[in-house]
Amino acid sequence: MSTVLEVKDLGINFGGLRAVDDFNLEIEENQLYGLIGPNGAGKTTIFNLLTGVYVPTDGVIKLNGVKLNRKVPSAIAKLGIARTFQNIRLFSDLSVIENVKIGMHNQVRYSLFQGILRTPAFHHDEDFIEKESMKLLEVFKLHSYAHIKASNLPYGKQRELEIARALATNPKLLLLDEPAAGMNPQETKELMETIKHVRDQFKISILLIEHDMKLVMGICEKITVLNYGTVLASGTPSEIQNNKQVIKAYLGE
Amino acid sequence: MNISQFFLQLINGLNIGSIYALVALGYTMVYGIAKLINFAHGEIIMVGSYTVFVCTTLMGMPIWLSIPVSIIVCAGLGICIEKVAYKPLRNASRIYLLITAIGISFFLQSLFQLIFTSNPKSFPTIIQLPPLTLGSFSISANYYLTFVVSVILMIVLDRFVKLTKTGRAMRAVSEDQGAAQLMGININKTISITFAIGSALAAVAGILYSSSYPLINPFMGSTLGIKAFIAAVVGGIGIIPGAVLGGFILGIIESLTKAYISSQMTDAIVFLVLIVVLVFKPAGLLGKNRKEKV
Repeated sequence: MSTVLEVKDLGINFGGLRAVDDFNLEIEENQLYGLIGPNGAGKTTIFNLLTGVYVPTDGVIKLNGVKLNRKVPSAIAKLGIARTFQNIRLFSDLSVIENVKIGMHNQVRYSLFQGILRTPAFHHDEDFIEKESMKLLEVFKLHSYAHIKASNLPYGKQRELEIARALATNPKLLLLDEPAAGMNPQETKELMETIKHVRDQFKISILLIEHDMKLVMGICEKITVLNYGTVLASGTPSEIQNNKQVIKAYLGE
Repeated sequence: MNISQFFLQLINGLNIGSIYALVALGYTMVYGIAKLINFAHGEIIMVGSYTVFVCTTLMGMPIWLSIPVSIIVCAGLGICIEKVAYKPLRNASRIYLLITAIGISFFLQSLFQLIFTSNPKSFPTIIQLPPLTLGSFSISANYYLTFVVSVILMIVLDRFVKLTKTGRAMRAVSEDQGAAQLMGININKTISITFAIGSALAAVAGILYSSSYPLINPFMGSTLGIKAFIAAVVGGIGIIPGAVLGGFILGIIESLTKAYISSQMTDAIVFLVLIVVLVFKPAGLLGKNRKEKV
């Protein structure tokens, strides 16, 4: 199996605060990887570093061997990292299907003027992404909502739409930031199935931040535990569950 | 009340109203995407008119060629202003952007005053079509052409924003820049395109305006710009149909005031309308009042 994401000695300073230090991570093709840690451990900061929102102070991030440091977020998205957000950030005034189409932005080739003049190239591309978006919505059983405003979707569906939108960018690696936040146990269980299904159907790697231990332990093949911006432990779920330092960080002495 | 006079005033209002609407579209699009009131937008109108003047009167270019030149110059100027003046301030507080916009506006006025002096120049006759005769009265070509061109441009713009990928990207950026760029949208390019389209519309508005009022001077853009800005606010700033509605409402109110109340009162009444609208609908006629969730 080949490595999709390789992170070496990653670190970032915010003024005098070292938010992430000496962070290492390797994600393989088709792997479901969990990133856990107490509040404020730096999990979302790492997502922001991986997607180019923050520029790392030191260290290297490589996606399929291509260095990502100093690339802007839109370029990194093009290269194949997509993400969802801890607090839902859909384009709420756009319709459900338009949200997915935004994700396909870079797969549409026609030019500005072809768009204004509505040439055959415009119709060809727009028909294509309409079909592709519909297919994606069907995966999440969102197709019957395609033309309503995204903000009118129920909460759980909005979370799924965020995943659909991220998948529309055709990623190699999908980052999910607390996908189960605010869901009840039943919804969380369904979400676990969906995440596995997405990984298998789209043949991508997934990096997951989650507080819900049951979800992480249930579906992730490998887990990294973060505490105060540094890696506390890495390993399989059972290794992590029995790691003394992890237990200490979560439960105290 | 004389019905045919009323009808004529209405046509007058639609003429100036469609120009306000075209300019207001530029304000509203830029506001939607950059959350910036681009007070230099009025000056783009002036630059557009001067470009036609330079091309035809000074350089002897044919009129049909001077129009696309003027549009391209203005679109380019719009992009430059954004890159030079606004982009470095993108993460600064809004007030700095506003001051910068006013600065750019004064800069362009003074620059053109320096080059062309403040004496008005006469604008070449562009529209040489016969008037349209409807029963007992005729409508000059300037008027119906202004209206038709504006309406076509508005429809094209509306379709463009709703149906094309660039339009979708513009709407996404206007809602959430951060999320949009994480979906692979190039923010800088999208903002540039927005400025280019807004400025191109301002160039067209400038040419149409100068055809009806063929004396141009370096300050012509400021009043027109302010009126169009009011139109955008009345309709609901950031909302494209709002700019069109606001533009037509303002134009019609203006010309009816001139005809039936007093031509000196026009501006006072226009501002009064603005205040009344803002008292009852702070987000503009088509704006949504966003309720804060507690």
